[in-house]
Amino acid sequence: MTKYITKRIFMSALTLFIIIFVLFVLIRIMPGDPFSVERMSAEMILQKREELGLNKPILVQFVDYLSLLASGSFGNGTSLYNGAPIKPILTTCLMNSFKIGVLSILFGTAVGLTIGIVAALNRGKFLDGLCTLVSILGVCIPSYVFMIFLQYTFAYKIPFFPYFFDPSKFLTSAVMPAMSLSLFAISTIARFTRNEMLEVLNSDYVKLAEAKGLYGFELIRKHVLRNALIPIVTVIAPLVVDLLTGAMVIEKIYGINGVGKLMVDAIAGQGVDYNYVLALGIVFSALYIGAMLVLDILYGIIDPRIRLTAKEGF
Amino acid sequence: MYTPQKDDFNFIAERNLDVDENFASQGYWKGVAVHFLRNKFAVTGVILVSIIIFFALFAPVVSSYNYDEIVSVTNSSGKEFIAKSLGPQIGASESQDFFADRTFLFGTDDMGRDLWTRTWQGARVSLIIAFVAILIDMIVGTSYGLISGYFGGLVDNALQRFIEIAGSIPTLVIISILAIFMEKGIGLVIASLLLTEWIGMSKIARAECLKLKEREYVLASRTLGAGNFHIIFKQILPNAIGPIITQVMFSIPVAIFTEAFLSFVGVGIVLPQCSIGSLIEAGFNNITILPYQILPPISVLALLMLGFNLIGDGFREALAPKLEDM
Repeated sequence: MTKYITKRIFMSALTLFIIIFVLFVLIRIMPGDPFSVERMSAEMILQKREELGLNKPILVQFVDYLSLLASGSFGNGTSLYNGAPIKPILTTCLMNSFKIGVLSILFGTAVGLTIGIVAALNRGKFLDGLCTLVSILGVCIPSYVFMIFLQYTFAYKIPFFPYFFDPSKFLTSAVMPAMSLSLFAISTIARFTRNEMLEVLNSDYVKLAEAKGLYGFELIRKHVLRNALIPIVTVIAPLVVDLLTGAMVIEKIYGINGVGKLMVDAIAGQGVDYNYVLALGIVFSALYIGAMLVLDILYGIIDPRIRLTAKEGF
Repeated sequence: MYTPQKDDFNFIAERNLDVDENFASQGYWKGVAVHFLRNKFAVTGVILVSIIIFFALFAPVVSSYNYDEIVSVTNSSGKEFIAKSLGPQIGASESQDFFADRTFLFGTDDMGRDLWTRTWQGARVSLIIAFVAILIDMIVGTSYGLISGYFGGLVDNALQRFIEIAGSIPTLVIISILAIFMEKGIGLVIASLLLTEWIGMSKIARAECLKLKEREYVLASRTLGAGNFHIIFKQILPNAIGPIITQVMFSIPVAIFTEAFLSFVGVGIVLPQCSIGSLIEAGFNNITILPYQILPPISVLALLMLGFNLIGDGFREALAPKLEDM
């Protein structure tokens, strides 16, 4: 087990390092120059480039950037926030996105599991059809469309929730974005849970348990749920990523000061802010790789077959 | 209880004995087609997608307006009026002053363009993007996966490590890097789809290839002196095509979704061009004043996603008998 975890951690760290390198080099070799402004004289440009270390070879710049990262800083922004340090802004945005993300994952998992279990236990009946309908809707309707609908209905027509995100009223204003972000999670988890449950319900050991006289809630809890829930860990990993993408638009719509909005501003705004794109790219990749790593390890702990096969391979 | 029919009393010599009607041999694809057509949901999906493709193909051509045409009339005193933000109307309505005799099935947008034409033009653009991107992804991903699976060993190891790293860059990061390098527009959307979607495709192709390369017919082909590439593309690929098509069917809605997402965020299609995503964005910007504008693109998007997902599910189920006997 230790070997498996060490190998996974090593691979993740290597991947992250390569990603940082590629991002850095790509952004440095970008055509265009931040100082190609007519007001600046040649000496001023030279002095500015010297000041920012842009005259050094690209590998030296990369090492400089790495040591900057190691000291926990992302350097300064270029244009977006007038050259202010990136880190404090990024931290605030991350916290906002994180809170809503966690809420929606919790909500989505809870509702998705419930729907899946109810559907599996009422297979072929009306409730099953209803649950299938919900999971189909979740796949077909993008989260931001649902968000627009919620915002129009429950914030504009019936002013029950705030129309824009308001950090001072966090709970009421987090309801709509968390709900719409969790829509996809609900449908994926519900669909998956239903299939897994049905498979376990038809298995021999459940039939044996029934034959021994176990029934009702005890049977479901002890024999069915335990075995059906293991594979669900696997679907949560891709959901975290979808969450990042979905959050990008939802934060734009609802005016949430989060990483998604920061990213949109950095790439789709007036000028592209290279330093923000670099910092956000690193943060997103680190989050994604971290989530994958945790889930891989969790899955290895839950299911011994994974770590056993991993020992033989690479 | 079997009731004899008139047919049973014919001379058997009169029947065509070369055709065995009871145990007629059935081709693989015929079996898949029969399974697929029996599935009500899959057929619904096909109908939905066909209707939308039909409108996307013909509605912009037949329509009396151009998708980027700003509709206007000139009144008797020579003053020009633009058909800004009209609600849906069909000809001869009394309530409007200037555009009473015009037909706008979905209304017009805030610039005075016909939304009916724009919606179908947008659907056309989105579909073209999805088909082009996924077709290239299929070719690249399948070749990559097949080559990796077939040669195995060092080649496989190197190619798989590359995929592992490429696959752990979040889509969002790839898009943002592309957004810096490229002009906003169709090219950017297609490029970001090209860089992200082929990975899933190649994984499936590789898994299929690993299964199939141990088969006797591959060995037979090699014994007869066939080269590696003949075996990969003439022997293995035709037998691996089923799961790949299923994956393609699931990738198309992802592509449509990605396009809508990028255009909504503002790095996709640029005006006066339109796509589903840019129409949703325009509708969203005017939602409090003109809520009807957002309905057509959203409905088309949802129906397309629904249709392709149903088709994908149908394909997967129709192919399942084969997957089980592997």
